[in-house]
Amino acid sequence: MSKAEIRTPLPGIFYRKPAPDEPRFKNPGDKVAVGDVIGLVEVMKTFTQITSDVEGTVLSFLVEDEEAVMPGQVLVEIET
Amino acid sequence: MKIRKILIANRGEIAVRIIRAARTLGMHAVQAHSSADADSLAVRLADEAVEIGPPPAGKSYLNGQAIIEAALQSGAQAIHPGYGFLAENADFADAVVAAGLIFIGPDGNTIRKMGDKASARQAAADAGVPTVPGSDGVLTDLGRAVDIAHQIGFPVMIKATAGGGGRGIRIAHTAEEFAQLAPQAATEAEAAFGDGGLYLEKLIARSRHIEVQILGDGTRFVHCHERECSLQRRRQKVWEEAPATSLSDETRAELCDAAVALAASVGYRGAGTVEFLYDEASGEFYFIEMNTRIQVEHPVTEAILGVDLVAEMIRIADGEPLSLTQNDLKPQGHAIEIRLNAEDPANNFMPFPGQLGEMNIPAGPGIRFDHMLYPGYLVPPFYDSLLGKLIVHAPDRSQALARLKAALAELQLEGLKTTAPLAAALADDPDVRSGAVHTNWLEPWLDSHAHTLSQQKDDLP
Repeated sequence: MSKAEIRTPLPGIFYRKPAPDEPRFKNPGDKVAVGDVIGLVEVMKTFTQITSDVEGTVLSFLVEDEEAVMPGQVLVEIET
Repeated sequence: MKIRKILIANRGEIAVRIIRAARTLGMHAVQAHSSADADSLAVRLADEAVEIGPPPAGKSYLNGQAIIEAALQSGAQAIHPGYGFLAENADFADAVVAAGLIFIGPDGNTIRKMGDKASARQAAADAGVPTVPGSDGVLTDLGRAVDIAHQIGFPVMIKATAGGGGRGIRIAHTAEEFAQLAPQAATEAEAAFGDGGLYLEKLIARSRHIEVQILGDGTRFVHCHERECSLQRRRQKVWEEAPATSLSDETRAELCDAAVALAASVGYRGAGTVEFLYDEASGEFYFIEMNTRIQVEHPVTEAILGVDLVAEMIRIADGEPLSLTQNDLKPQGHAIEIRLNAEDPANNFMPFPGQLGEMNIPAGPGIRFDHMLYPGYLVPPFYDSLLGKLIVHAPDRSQALARLKAALAELQLEGLKTTAPLAAALADDPDVRSGAVHTNWLEPWLDSHAHTLSQQKDDLP
């Protein structure tokens, strides 16, 4: 068992849901496959999907929904 | 004069513009800002600044209560909403007035009436202003709507009454397509805007976007002539001009008179813009919507008329009568504005927030650059990408184009990718130079030219 981190390459606002009234992409304890969307980062009104490059289980989100993020910031930790 | 201090509930270049207008009227400017904008040019220029919340606009520039509290605490008598954010939010306008403050714009009921696309269309029809053939008001029965679509004639646009800026529009070419798209559009509009109301409009294939600036003080109304904004990408304007050279004098007069008639019919107070589609083939024009706020492209009108529209709207909100008569408003020469966005036109307009190094701002006769920049400024990623607007004015259109090219050659923004190369390429394009464009001209042009849009000079070897 080891821990992987998913970082945002972009600055902006992090969203954990595809739309305000829809469920979150992932929650702690959820299984994650390579390519699964874990959130969106909004840069100047353009949305970019953040996907997982590892397979495993979500440990925790280090950034809240709708929080500002900087490039390189860790969004989520995944147990692989 | 009741207003001595104005709180600016916006950011970026328009906040800077409003600060300047307030200063010329001898008023103090209080800049409301998010934590991400603490280092903005507007905050630096304003007399005072108040932080109203964290970076996301929903928690700062869209937090009406925080804005009203900031205004009350700073001792401002009025709030200027700029454009976007809360500028056309009728409930916010009402809340500002309920708090004992002045909203710099029309009253909540006017915003409500003109902001709802279906009621605005009805208001236009009532004022005798031609509207695009379509459903009269909101569709009440989706099943019967296909009959209305047949009467209008395909292709038709299905529009959300609560939409705007191109959002919530679908195009149906056949009855089958219509039957499929209409329920989808209703569901999506309900989800996106909390209002599933739809209406229909005939799609006019090749049209120009022409809009008329108006001013009213509630009893007297004038037009400030027209602007043409046909160069659009994803329904966002990228290049605006005044006057519109495609119009005959007769059509121009009809269009401007129609805008004044509409403003008068709703007792308009403030600055507003009546937008039209102009079908060059038939010579017909049709009302599309009214914007009850200052617009991004207002400087081209200011250039040809020598008026300060932002100062004028503040004066009107302060209870003064309109200072201009229609006879005072005689256009001189030709003006062009280009929007400078922090986007890379060579890379599908990818947003490019970043840090500005050295900068060189164009200047000289007939050149104006409204912007939010200073050397070392870190462009935040949280808001729209507009950095500024370059406006040129000259005795005629060809000289304005020459002046635009000269100004673009002077502009240097080290470290940022911007849409300046797009503006330079458009200024050289034969269709743009001859004015042979329409609202669907730019996107196909970009498909074949975008890859050739080289970046700014400092990126070249």
